[in-house]
Amino acid sequence: MSLDKPYLDVPGTTIFDAEQSRKGYHLNQFCMSLMQAANRERFKADERAYLDEWAMTEEQKQAVLARDLNRCIAAGGNIYFLAKIGATDGKSFQQMAGSMTGMTEDEYRAMMVAGGRSVEGNRVIGEDGNAQAHHQPQGSAGQKVKA
Amino acid sequence: MARITASVYTSHVPAIGAAIDLGKTTEPYWQPVFQGYEFSKQWMKDNKPDVIFLVYNDHATAFSLDMIPTFAIGTAASYQPADEGWGPRPVPVVQGHPELAAHIAQSVIQQDFDLTIVNKMDVDHGLTVPLSLMCGQPDAWPCPVIPFAVNVVQYPVPSGQRCFNLGKAIAKAVESYDEDLNVHIWGTGGMSHQLQGPRAGLINKEFDNAFLDKLIADPAAAAAIPHIDYVREAGSEGIELVMWLIARGAMRDIADPSASTRAIHRFYHVPASNTAVGHLILENR
Repeated sequence: MSLDKPYLDVPGTTIFDAEQSRKGYHLNQFCMSLMQAANRERFKADERAYLDEWAMTEEQKQAVLARDLNRCIAAGGNIYFLAKIGATDGKSFQQMAGSMTGMTEDEYRAMMVAGGRSVEGNRVIGEDGNAQAHHQPQGSAGQKVKA
Repeated sequence: MARITASVYTSHVPAIGAAIDLGKTTEPYWQPVFQGYEFSKQWMKDNKPDVIFLVYNDHATAFSLDMIPTFAIGTAASYQPADEGWGPRPVPVVQGHPELAAHIAQSVIQQDFDLTIVNKMDVDHGLTVPLSLMCGQPDAWPCPVIPFAVNVVQYPVPSGQRCFNLGKAIAKAVESYDEDLNVHIWGTGGMSHQLQGPRAGLINKEFDNAFLDKLIADPAAAAAIPHIDYVREAGSEGIELVMWLIARGAMRDIADPSASTRAIHRFYHVPASNTAVGHLILENR
């Protein structure tokens, strides 16, 4: 019998459930290791070599090297763990969250100051809100794609 | 006997802690956030508790994916502010209350809630930011704190109803402690926010304010909100709001319908970084 997962139809959202957690165990534990200053230094000195010490998939390693947080999340990452990579890079939570939308840092910050992203059109996949797949990437990057 | 006299509810955004630590509270971006806590800081001085029972969540700090307790109660004598990757916050060490914490653990487990007992852990911004918001920047926190960590990181998190019922059990446990102690229970996290994916930055003022209304006047209805409503309406991290229901369930009017609860302060502001800031103080009357 399958599990009840009513959250799979929320657009632009990956719920970190037991299945994602299982997929992402080594990726997330690698992130935890960056809470120690000595490990941050070793990672920064040779990222690939440090990643190779972990039983991560090649896709997980590539996603980390590219700092593509959407790919990291698809591969089982969770934002609270991935935030340790951002901390290592000197990024704020706002910079990290914004990076997943395609918006520039200024565009994302302006959206938040203006009251944040509206839920309208963003509740269920198939609506027409700005978090839907057909509106990615957002911001000026998206306008360039359309042009 | 010990008694719960009040409950406090607040968001625990890490950027708020950074703004306090870096002296940015009077900047135009932050000033409206801190304005909302001026009343609260004075209220804390006028109504100083003997112990704070502080419900929060750990953000991949003390608990990695090696162990994921749903409910964890801190029974240690003290807790160090954690290094979450940006260095530890320059805030006082948190003093615990091992005797009351151990008493609550025993009572609540006997009421069928399977708590994990934690004798050693660091505490992250989820616990220290609410203390900073309510107490400012003292040399020492005003009283001992019992950390109570809830898993809201890996789904499924406990339901709102279970959290609400747990609050009732905690109140019963506190009231069976012999020493005369004035206890505050705090529920932290939320309000609407999403930190991941193309939907990052979601804010839902209507949902948040309806939640505050319900939490005050119709807490049973707030407790009945299913997980999917938080995710869909308040963002994937908005689900932290279930922790507020633990504090609300511990108020006297839940166990005793003849008692009344009074909202003495309510505040709401968008944004703090990625998040809607909500804050409420309720007193038992």
